[in-house]
Amino acid sequence: MYTTDLRTAEEKAKARESEPRKPAVDAASDGAFQARIDDDQFIEPKDDMPEAYRKTLTRQISQHAHSEIVGMLPEGNWVKRAPSLRRKLILLAKIQDEAGHGLYLYSAGETLGTSRGEMVDALHSGRAKYSTIFNYPTTTWADIGAVGWLVDGAAIVNQIPLCRTSYGPYARAMVRVCKEESFHQRQGFEIMAALANGTREQKRMAQDALNRWWWPSIMMFGPTDADSSNSEQSMAWKIKRFSNDELRQRFIDQTVPQAEAIGLKVPDPDLKWNEERGSYDFGPLNWDEFWAVVKGDGVANRDRLEARQNAYSEGAWVREAAEAYAEKQSNSAVAAE
Amino acid sequence: MSQTGGDWDLYEVFIRSKNGMSHKHVGSVHAADDAMALQNARDLYTRRSEGVSIWVIASKNITASDPGDSAALFEPAADKVYRHPTFYTIPDNVKNL
Repeated sequence: MYTTDLRTAEEKAKARESEPRKPAVDAASDGAFQARIDDDQFIEPKDDMPEAYRKTLTRQISQHAHSEIVGMLPEGNWVKRAPSLRRKLILLAKIQDEAGHGLYLYSAGETLGTSRGEMVDALHSGRAKYSTIFNYPTTTWADIGAVGWLVDGAAIVNQIPLCRTSYGPYARAMVRVCKEESFHQRQGFEIMAALANGTREQKRMAQDALNRWWWPSIMMFGPTDADSSNSEQSMAWKIKRFSNDELRQRFIDQTVPQAEAIGLKVPDPDLKWNEERGSYDFGPLNWDEFWAVVKGDGVANRDRLEARQNAYSEGAWVREAAEAYAEKQSNSAVAAE
Repeated sequence: MSQTGGDWDLYEVFIRSKNGMSHKHVGSVHAADDAMALQNARDLYTRRSEGVSIWVIASKNITASDPGDSAALFEPAADKVYRHPTFYTIPDNVKNL
């Protein structure tokens, strides 16, 4: 869901230092590579590519996959408490989709030479990052509405341009993800609309969820362009097609009228339609909070990671049984020959 | 060995969207054996009626051409335009040809 480099400034500086100096011969092949990119060609798994391109993509795709997997947790919190069977079925289907999206992405990531096991290890040991948005708790049913409408909505805006990203397997995974994501956003909006049209208490609950999720959602697009050093290289490689600020503006412009349509108010006193730009002006974002959550100060950081680790270790016996069964089957097949 | 070491074999998944179409590569899954690969592929790639038939094959059993050999493999076809019908000049008044 989240596709921006989440490393802190220090981590980026450290990575730059540790990067080996490129030999001159590499520069020539990088030139040929860039020419292919400029020609709008897709890059496929066995093609030559600069090591930095491979590294950037591996980081982005695995981070994206982790976000899908961790993204199941805040929603899983509400499966047993969904207000009707209809809502419960929908929520289960959405969560299953998120698992699927994680798997498509791990598959795409593996084509770059890092195994799924290594990527999952990096998540479970805390070395890898996932979207900060999932470190916020889902405290009421309206949060499930807000997550679908805003978080998945922001993800769609981020992901649609990725369907044309320069790395073929990533682009193909994104096409599939985008097709499935639209239902996620609509079901979330429907939850919000139902609450907004309900009792006064229900409407208050919907507004409260919007108040809490609005700012984290628009921060999902990552730091402003001025503060996003890696973006420039990703744009040159056509991994990214639009800047963080462009995508954020697009999301705000399409979401504000949706809130108005159901009588909810976006919690930004500076929000104003700008006739000249044909876009909404909006207030400053609190990046201190954003970086604090990235670094692990979010309400749910520890819970999320623990839930993942437990799910993995508690599933060990299932994997062991499957392996034992597979071995027994292959042994008896050999014996029968 | 890492915590998740011994990651199961990778399988490539091919789906026939409906009868009359050929199977098309859609992605991959991990599985302990062939039967599980088929089940995982079904769960992962046909949640929205995407197919009527699935093939899975262990990725290690696929032999693929090397992009480095592309010129040797595929460029010879480029200068054989006479293999295409549009290469030939036919009088305008001749039909069904």
